[in-house]
Amino acid sequence: MKRIFLAFLFTGSLATAAMAQSAQYQDAMVKQTSDLDSSSTFTPDGLQQKANTFERIADAEKSQWLPYYYAAYMQVMQAFMLQDKTQIDPLADKAESNLDKAEALNPKSSEIACIRSLVATARLTVDPMTRGMKYGAEAASQLEQAKGLNPENPRVYMLQGQSLLFTPEQFGGSKAKAKTTLEQALEKFAAFKPESNIAPHWGEAYTRKLLEASQK
Amino acid sequence: MSRFNLYLYILICSPLLSLAQSKITGKVTDSKKHPLPGVNIAVKGSYDGATTTADGSFSFTTTANGEQVLSATLTGYQVLELKVNTSTDQQLNIVLKSAINALRVVTISAGSFEASDDKKGTVLKPLDIVTTAGAGADIANAIKTLPGAQQTNDREGLFVRGGTGYETQTLIDGMLVRNPFSSSLPDIPGRGRFSPFLFKGTTFSSGGYSAQYGQGLSSALILESVDLPERSSSSVGVSVIGVSAGVDNLSKDKKTSYGVEADYTNLAPYFNIFKPKQSPNLGPEIIGTSVNFRRKTSRTGMLKFYGYGNWTKMGFNKNSLEYPGYTESFKLHNNNVYTNLTYRENIGHDWHLYVGASFSSNTDNINADTLLKNYAPTLIRVQSDLSQSKLILYKNMGRFSVLRFGGEYQYAVEKSTMNGYHANYVDNYTAAFAEGDVYFTPSFVGRVGGRAEYTSVLGKMNFAPRVSLAYKVNNYSQFSIAYGDYYQKPEPQYIRFDNYLGYMKATHYIVSYQRVASDYTFRTELFYKKYNDLVKTVPSYNNNGSGYAQGIEVFWRDRKSIKNVDYWISYSYLDTKRNYLNYPFRVQPDFAANHTASVVYKHFFPKLSTNLGLTYTFATGRPYYNPNLPADKFMSEKTITYNAVGVSASYLTSIRKAFTIFVLSVSNAPGNKQVFGYHYSSDGLRREEITPNVPRFIFLGMFMNFGIDRRQDVINNL
Repeated sequence: MKRIFLAFLFTGSLATAAMAQSAQYQDAMVKQTSDLDSSSTFTPDGLQQKANTFERIADAEKSQWLPYYYAAYMQVMQAFMLQDKTQIDPLADKAESNLDKAEALNPKSSEIACIRSLVATARLTVDPMTRGMKYGAEAASQLEQAKGLNPENPRVYMLQGQSLLFTPEQFGGSKAKAKTTLEQALEKFAAFKPESNIAPHWGEAYTRKLLEASQK
Repeated sequence: MSRFNLYLYILICSPLLSLAQSKITGKVTDSKKHPLPGVNIAVKGSYDGATTTADGSFSFTTTANGEQVLSATLTGYQVLELKVNTSTDQQLNIVLKSAINALRVVTISAGSFEASDDKKGTVLKPLDIVTTAGAGADIANAIKTLPGAQQTNDREGLFVRGGTGYETQTLIDGMLVRNPFSSSLPDIPGRGRFSPFLFKGTTFSSGGYSAQYGQGLSSALILESVDLPERSSSSVGVSVIGVSAGVDNLSKDKKTSYGVEADYTNLAPYFNIFKPKQSPNLGPEIIGTSVNFRRKTSRTGMLKFYGYGNWTKMGFNKNSLEYPGYTESFKLHNNNVYTNLTYRENIGHDWHLYVGASFSSNTDNINADTLLKNYAPTLIRVQSDLSQSKLILYKNMGRFSVLRFGGEYQYAVEKSTMNGYHANYVDNYTAAFAEGDVYFTPSFVGRVGGRAEYTSVLGKMNFAPRVSLAYKVNNYSQFSIAYGDYYQKPEPQYIRFDNYLGYMKATHYIVSYQRVASDYTFRTELFYKKYNDLVKTVPSYNNNGSGYAQGIEVFWRDRKSIKNVDYWISYSYLDTKRNYLNYPFRVQPDFAANHTASVVYKHFFPKLSTNLGLTYTFATGRPYYNPNLPADKFMSEKTITYNAVGVSASYLTSIRKAFTIFVLSVSNAPGNKQVFGYHYSSDGLRREEITPNVPRFIFLGMFMNFGIDRRQDVINNL
C-alpha cells in the first residue's frame, strides 16, 4: 500500500514538474513575444538582448522550434540595423543555423521560410551590385515557398508588399501594387488565428506603416 | 521515511519556489582587456542569463542551485563554459578568446589579384571587370587597369612586368587555353575570346604563382567558371556591331543546368560610317557560339562542361610602306574550338579530387598580298590542336593546411604551311607537381612546392621550385614574400624550325604588403625578375638571351569615401632590359614602358538608375627601333606618352518584365593621339606610325534578360 501510494505520489510529482516546466516556457515565451511589435525592441542592442534570451530558452528546451525561430528573427532584424556591413554575414550565419534547428523540429513552415527570405535580403545588402542576382532570387523564392506552405500567412504578403514598395518602378516595383498587396496582408492579419498565443503573430503594425508609405 | 518522502515531494513538485535566488554579476573582456558587449551569458539548462552591456558587464539572478555550468557566447569568439556554484552570489571576470575563422586566416597573396564573389574581401568583383569603362567588357583590358600589366594595346595579350604576351597563360577551371585571344592581323590586336559573364572568379597573378601552373614565365590569368545559374532565363542583345541570344535552363531540382548561346558580329556597317585607318576588304564578320552543361552530382560534387566555337573572317587593305603607291592586303579566316570538361568531388577522409580534360583547335588561314605587284600572294595556314588532361588530389591536413599534388599531360600538334612549305611538329608534354600550404599559426602560412616537366619536342626536363610565405599582422594587414622558378617552351614559330632549343627561364622574387578593409584596399609590391635562356634568332637560333625586370607597384581602391562612387588607382614602375631575338645587346624592349598608371572611376546614380564610368590610363613612351641609327643606339628612341580616356554609361531599366541594360561606351573619348611604335621600309627611307586602327570606338548596345529577375531588390532603398 505504502509502495503504491509512493508510486502514485511519484508519478504525480513528475507530471507536476513537467507541467511546471511547460508553464515556465509558456510564461517566458508570452513575456518575450508580447512586445515584438514595439519600437523599443527595435534597436540593435534591444534585438541582440532578445535574440540572446530566445537562444537561452531554445538551448534549455531543445525540443521547441519557436525560440529558435524568434532568435533568428531577432538576429536578422539586427543585421538590417547594422552600420558595419562586415557584421552582416556572421549574423546571417547565426540566424540560419537557428532556422536550421527550428526547421528540424518543425519542417515545412511558412513562417521559417519568411525569415529565410529576410536572411537572403540581409546578405544582399552587403554588396547589392554583385550579390543582387543570387540573393534577390533567393529572397523571392523563399517568399513563394512560404506562400505555397500557407497562403493565409499575412507575413508573406507584408514582405512581398515591402519589396514592391521599395523597388524603383523601372525594376517592376510599384506603389499601387504594393498598396494592394499590403491591404491584402491586413486582411490576412485580421483573419489570422495564431496557433497559440506564442506562435508568430508579429507584423501588423509594421504593415500599417508600410501601407501609409505606399499611399504617399 | 515519510518525512523524507515529503521532502522529496516538495522538492519535485514545486521546482519554482523551492530555492533561494542568487545573483551572478561580472564582466566579459577579450584577451586584450577590451570589454565585450552583446555576450550571451547563460546558466546551461535554464533560461537564466543576461546579455552584456556596452562596458561588458552583466548581472542576473538565478534560481538554479549548486554546481552549474555557465556559458558565454559571442559571434567571432570561442564559446567559454565554466563551472559556477550558484548557491551563493558570484562575481565573475570572463575572458573570451577570439575564434579562428576562415576570415581571419592568412592567405597567400604575393603577386595575385583575385576577383570573386566569395565572402572574403577581394580586390575586384567579377562585375568590376564588366563595368570598367574603356575595357569593352574584355577581361584582359580590365586587367590592364591593375598594377603590373602594360598598356601594350597594339598586340594582344597581357604584357606583365617586363614579360611578353606569350609569357602569360590563361586557364579556365584549371585547363590551359591555347588561344585565349582571337587571331590578329598586323597592328590589329585580337580581343579576348571569353565573356566575363562566364566566370565567377578571376585571379590575375603577376608573379610568384603556385606550382599547379606551368609554362608561363610571367603571369597567369586563372578563370573559374560559374556554377549553376540562379534561375532559368533567356537573353537577347543588339548593338551597333551585332546581335546575340542565349538560353540558360536550370532543372526543377536545381541540380542540373544547360545553356546555349550564339552571337553574330559584323563590323562592316560600322566601318562604313566610321572609317578605320585600314579599310576592310573582308568582313569583319564573326559567328560565335557556346554551350555549357553543369551538374551538381552530390552535395560536394560538381561536373562542368563548356564548349566554344568561333568562326571569324576579316581582311584589310593598307597603303604599302615598302612599295609606295601600292596597296597591301591581309585576309584572315579563323576557326576556333575550345572544350573543357572538369569534375570536382570530395572523396572523403579530407581528400578532394579534381579531374579535367580539354580539347582545342585553332586554324588561321592568312592571305597576304601586295596588290597589283607581280608577286604571288603569300598563303599561310597555321593549325594548332591541343588535347590535355589533368588530375589533382588535395588533402586537408589539420585545420587549414592543405597538401596538393597532381599531374597533367598535353598532346599538341602544331602544323604550319607557308606557300606549300610545311613545318610541323608534335609535342608530348608531361608535368607533375606537389605543393603544401602549411599553417604554422592561423596568421602565418608557408607554401612550398615544386613542379617537374618534360616536353618531347625539346627532349628536356626541368624542375621548378616555388616558395611563398604570408604573415597577417592583424585583421586587415599582411606581408607576403614569394620566390619561384618558371620555365616555358619557346614560341611555336621558333620550335618549328629548330628542335634543339631549350626552355626559357624566369626567376621571380616578390615582396608585398596589403591592407584590405571592407571599403578600401591598399597594396604595394616590389619585384625582381631574372630572365635566362631567352630565345635569340641571331646569329642562329639559340637560348643565349637574358634579361631582368624590376619595379614597384601600388594599388588603391576606395568604395566608401564618396557616396555611390567606387574608384581605384594603380601605378607601376618598371625597369627592364633584355637581350633576345635579334637584339644586339640588352635594351629596354619595345613593349615595355617605365611608368604606367590607371584611374578607374565608377559612379552610380540611383535616381537615374544609371552607372557612369570613366577610365584614364597613362603610360610613358615605349622604345622603338630606328634602322637609320648606328647599332649602339638600338631602341634608343621612344614614342610619345600614351593617354587614353574611356567613358561608359549604362542605364538599367525593365521593358515588359525583361531586365534591360542600355550601354554606351566610347574608347579614347577625347581622341588622343596614340603611337605604339614605327614601321620602317626596308631601305629605312620611309616610316609609318603604329596607331590603333580605330582611334575612337563608339559602342551602343541593348541587352535584355527574360526571367524572374529580382534585381529590383538590389536597389531596394539599401
